[in-house]
Amino acid sequence: MPEIRNMTMNFGPQHPAAHGVLRLVLEMDGEVIERADPHIGLLHRATEKLAESKPYNQSIGYMDRLDYVSMMCNEHAYVRAIEILLGVTPPIRAQYIRVMFSEITRILNHLLWLGSHGLDIGAMTVFLYCFREREDLMDCYEAVSGTRMHATYFRPGGVYRDLPDSMPQYQPSKWHNAEEVKRLNENRQGSLLDFIENFTDRFPVCVDEYETLLTDNRIWKQRTVNIAVVSPERALQLGFTGPMLRGSGIAWDLRKKQPYEVYDKMDFDIPIGTNGDCYDRYLVRVEEMRQSNRIIKQCIDWLRKNPGPVIVDDHKLVPPRREEMKDDMESLIHHFKLFTEGYCVPEGEVYSAVEHPKGEFGIYLISDGANKPYRVKIRAAGFAHLSAINEMVKGHMLADVVAVIGTQDIVFGEIDR
Amino acid sequence: MTDSVQILATRLSQRFEGVLTDCHVAFGQVTIELPPEHLLDVCQALRDEEEFSFEQLSDVCGVDYADYGRADWETEDTTSTGFSRGVSQGVFHSDVTASKSRFAAVYHLLSLKHNRRLRLRCRIEKDPPQIDSVINIWASANWFEREAFDLFGILFTGHPDLRRILTDYGFIGHPFRKDFPLEGNVEVRYDPDKQRVVYQPVTIKNRVLVPKVIR
Repeated sequence: MPEIRNMTMNFGPQHPAAHGVLRLVLEMDGEVIERADPHIGLLHRATEKLAESKPYNQSIGYMDRLDYVSMMCNEHAYVRAIEILLGVTPPIRAQYIRVMFSEITRILNHLLWLGSHGLDIGAMTVFLYCFREREDLMDCYEAVSGTRMHATYFRPGGVYRDLPDSMPQYQPSKWHNAEEVKRLNENRQGSLLDFIENFTDRFPVCVDEYETLLTDNRIWKQRTVNIAVVSPERALQLGFTGPMLRGSGIAWDLRKKQPYEVYDKMDFDIPIGTNGDCYDRYLVRVEEMRQSNRIIKQCIDWLRKNPGPVIVDDHKLVPPRREEMKDDMESLIHHFKLFTEGYCVPEGEVYSAVEHPKGEFGIYLISDGANKPYRVKIRAAGFAHLSAINEMVKGHMLADVVAVIGTQDIVFGEIDR
Repeated sequence: MTDSVQILATRLSQRFEGVLTDCHVAFGQVTIELPPEHLLDVCQALRDEEEFSFEQLSDVCGVDYADYGRADWETEDTTSTGFSRGVSQGVFHSDVTASKSRFAAVYHLLSLKHNRRLRLRCRIEKDPPQIDSVINIWASANWFEREAFDLFGILFTGHPDLRRILTDYGFIGHPFRKDFPLEGNVEVRYDPDKQRVVYQPVTIKNRVLVPKVIR
């Protein structure tokens, strides 16, 4: 009589559906998963330790590289932690800009999630659709900060600079002739706000397109309905936050419950699911994109009417303008001090959390009064979600592992830090 | 908001009188400190008692207080010697190891019902640092505790699966301790002769451009 044993299988770290460098050791009973043991840390860069060795303002760039698909939201939590310790409130216009870009970032993140989740479980076209819209939002990033991804745009005390009055234009090239370029540049004639407004007008139709492709799609439903059901109680126990928690039917959103910046002035709804399966989490995230679009529209209206400063006028915290620096001795000294030594943050500790596209992203900052943080702890939403993968995939088929990784919206930049 | 925070702080110090070593409010956030032997009782009460109901554990964070409040660069000496471009930075002060509670575990709790947060700190005096695991109270503690073990070497008794999580297989040391150098102790490279990846002592030296200053 032959001996029957469970088979142990290795998934990743180089699997395209592993969303980066996830290595899963799966114990299989036939095609059914008995146990999943994720091995993480292949992208560990010790961001927290690096931040301890640098002045406060030099670590903002590291925050972009944590969850590298929702860059500005990471910055937001870090910058807010410093501001709370320093007792600084950014100008109101800066707060609106931050909210607007946080929501742009949320759409960016959800678009990438939707595209890759679709790709993983067999829907190729959505990926192309999503990247079409992502391109426009990347251009907004570029217009405002000069880079398409790692913006370093939020600074303690406000944002780096005001919204530009013009958008970068396409130039004729080997691939685009003059006529084509003219068409591409049509919505780039005005300011950045005009461009974003144009985007928000187009975007709901785009979301309708994604939904036409997926929401009633038989294959999509077969792959997601009743897969990885998490009860609300269990979701709380496992430390779920964000869309993962709302998919299980708990209406918890930091933007509503513990509003920061100007979220309390915004009019938007929190979508929640009922069954707590992959399909519900999909619906929640799609609805979130529509709500983010609403918030962006409100911010645009306000920003058009209310010009003003976008960063505090305190040269102990914010470098002086380049022109001032060239002919004012004091500004030169401020500039020199800021870039050689930084600023000292009063002793204390603070936990600042924001509603990141993936869930609650928190920065726990301990300062001993020096110009460098004593300890920075990054609470990444994905870390708590991935730790629950064993529970979520148990009893499912091998192919469902991919659906679960997709629904958790895993990005290794923030999990491994 | 600030009122409810004060009320929570008062209620906590009444309920756990004699157990807490500290309870204070700073920046609108409540922090309590307690010795590790009471951790499980207090956590159980915080989760189950109606007036607290902290249903979720957001985070567990290890902290190494060895270098706390120490500057790299005494400003009085600047004119005579200056800052030597970071060569002496990160020198570990061996006298601090003797101090009793070098490590701490910090827990962040969240109550959805009352919309409140709480920070709970346990200073650990034992060497090697050892503390009870809260995994039976909040399941989310699992990986957070593994991370604190990996990076700081804090042992969580009662944790079913206390393995390293972020560092490499076979890694030696606890990298987030203050006496662990930033550039590490070993580096990896591909050895074309042996045709495999080898470990060797680090060849780079950490050069710190900005001293740690406390004003």
